[in-house]
Amino acid sequence: MSFATTPDAARLAKFRARNRVNKIALVLSLAAMVFGLFWLAWILIDTIRLGLGGIGLATFTQMTPPPNEAGGIANALFGSFLMVTLATVVGTPIGIMAGIYLAEYGRSNVLASVTRFVNDILLSAPSIVVGLFVYATVVTRFKTFSGWAGVLALALLVVPIVIRTTENMLQLVQPGLREAAYALGAPKWKVILSITIRAARAGIVTGILLALARVSGETAPLLFTALSNQFWTANLNEPIASLPVTIFKFAMSPYENWQQLAWAGVFIITMAVLGLNILARVLTRSK
Amino acid sequence: MSTTLPLSQGQASALEKTMALPPTAKPARSAPWADKLFGALALGSALLTLAMLVGILLSLVFGAWPAIERFGLGFLTSKVWDPVKNEYGGLVMIYGTLATSFIALLIAVPVSFGIALFLTELSPSWLKRPLGTAIELLAAVPSIVYGMWGLLVFGPILATYVQQPLQSLLGNTPFLGSLVSGPPVGIGILSAGIILAIMIIPFIASVMRDVFEVAPPLLKESAYGLGSTTWEVVSKVVLPYTKAGVIGGIMLGLGRALGETMAVTFVIGNTNQLDSLSIFEAANSITSALANEFAEAGEGLHQASLYYLGLVLFFITFVVLTLSKLLLARLQKNEGAKS
Repeated sequence: MSFATTPDAARLAKFRARNRVNKIALVLSLAAMVFGLFWLAWILIDTIRLGLGGIGLATFTQMTPPPNEAGGIANALFGSFLMVTLATVVGTPIGIMAGIYLAEYGRSNVLASVTRFVNDILLSAPSIVVGLFVYATVVTRFKTFSGWAGVLALALLVVPIVIRTTENMLQLVQPGLREAAYALGAPKWKVILSITIRAARAGIVTGILLALARVSGETAPLLFTALSNQFWTANLNEPIASLPVTIFKFAMSPYENWQQLAWAGVFIITMAVLGLNILARVLTRSK
Repeated sequence: MSTTLPLSQGQASALEKTMALPPTAKPARSAPWADKLFGALALGSALLTLAMLVGILLSLVFGAWPAIERFGLGFLTSKVWDPVKNEYGGLVMIYGTLATSFIALLIAVPVSFGIALFLTELSPSWLKRPLGTAIELLAAVPSIVYGMWGLLVFGPILATYVQQPLQSLLGNTPFLGSLVSGPPVGIGILSAGIILAIMIIPFIASVMRDVFEVAPPLLKESAYGLGSTTWEVVSKVVLPYTKAGVIGGIMLGLGRALGETMAVTFVIGNTNQLDSLSIFEAANSITSALANEFAEAGEGLHQASLYYLGLVLFFITFVVLTLSKLLLARLQKNEGAKS
């Protein structure tokens, strides 16, 4: 037998070389994982370290101050809360209805495929372009920056996220459930509203929470729609402060007290957004 | 014994009556218009999504029209940006956007691949979920946080521990030296690229992980059975099988990087220059120019030129995202055909 006596040394060397390559690759892969976690840990630790120091009762009760004076970010927090809530209220029904269309009415027709495609583009489209769109259509028309323009810009970002999750979740609902409802004589709208939507409820809520988390951190679309405001206002017809825009303004400034407030804002926003994300995950897991 | 049911006279007659008559039609519980209305609402919402895309495109073209008329396609190759003389060209910003995204991909692609490899092949199964979640949380952190952290914490560290040593090391080398010239202050194209990389790693990594999991276990087990190492299985079996999906994921990350605004605006330095190709030099990107100048730009050519930049950005991301979507869809189709 000739091939049983091939030089063992050469084969062994090749085997060792392959093993070595494998080990290097796996160590690098582990390093990549550590690299990814390292940034998350670093950013979180800094946010907590620098953010907690600036937070006090005044942060939540006082208005944004002029440079070098004490104050808080109450008006920005309120403005953000107002706009994000309204944007979610406006965007969610549209997103859910469009998601229903994609999952229940147009599983395979052309309009649905086009909508699905467009929605995926909108989902990742630069948010500042949405700001430009709202500026061109709303701000120039009414000749003023306004809270409503900000609400609209944020709502336009909510819609694609809700559409995507609603459609995905509705497609997971077992067809048997729908068929049973039809067999009992329920009309289509009733089947959708009280059977499929109800079965997919947790997933849809998750989508809304994720959308909420996403838009609460959005700055770019607010820069030239809602602008900012130094004072407390609940009037959406005038410029209104928001947390991200205030952070942007304060962080870029040379004033120490502004920067400190910006860190406090960053802390609040990070915790809120991560909290919403974790909540969304817990909701889908218990499903 | 009689086998009739023990019914009283009255009951029996009542039964007879109801059985003899056809069931009376009950009033319908829901009017037929409800179904139509609901369907129309759903359709309307879907159409609204389409209208959004068309609306965005139209508003950008209309807004940019004065600049398009005046500068034409020469806008894309001119690097003058002078609001005083009312002369505008977008090359500086377009270069900034492309250069920062390129650096971001250079860092993010290998790291994401490593993370996906770790999560699919190496990690013990009880760790998979928490680690995956942690990476996905990195994607949830708002971009303004990355921006502020990049400017105030990361920039100075990058300047002291990376840029200054690199300059003293490469400063006199002919080509590399010019790449690292300029003030090592921690803001500029390199910093923006690194921050962008951190931001897009989670997107690329989670798409890669998902597509790696699509690779049929049978194929992988066969390769293992032939004596392949883990690395050989991933690089010669899983990667070729999921090629389209992996590239799709990279494109998705690229789309994010191109359109990212706040993080870049904080760390790129917002300076309109393209005299030096150094990656340490402060520069400008499309998104940061929009964020800084748009609200203050008066109506007229300045604003129109900014709209023009927005249009260019939208066009680039549209093409990139479309490619990404097509590639990912191709992988799904293959999967359907083979299983």
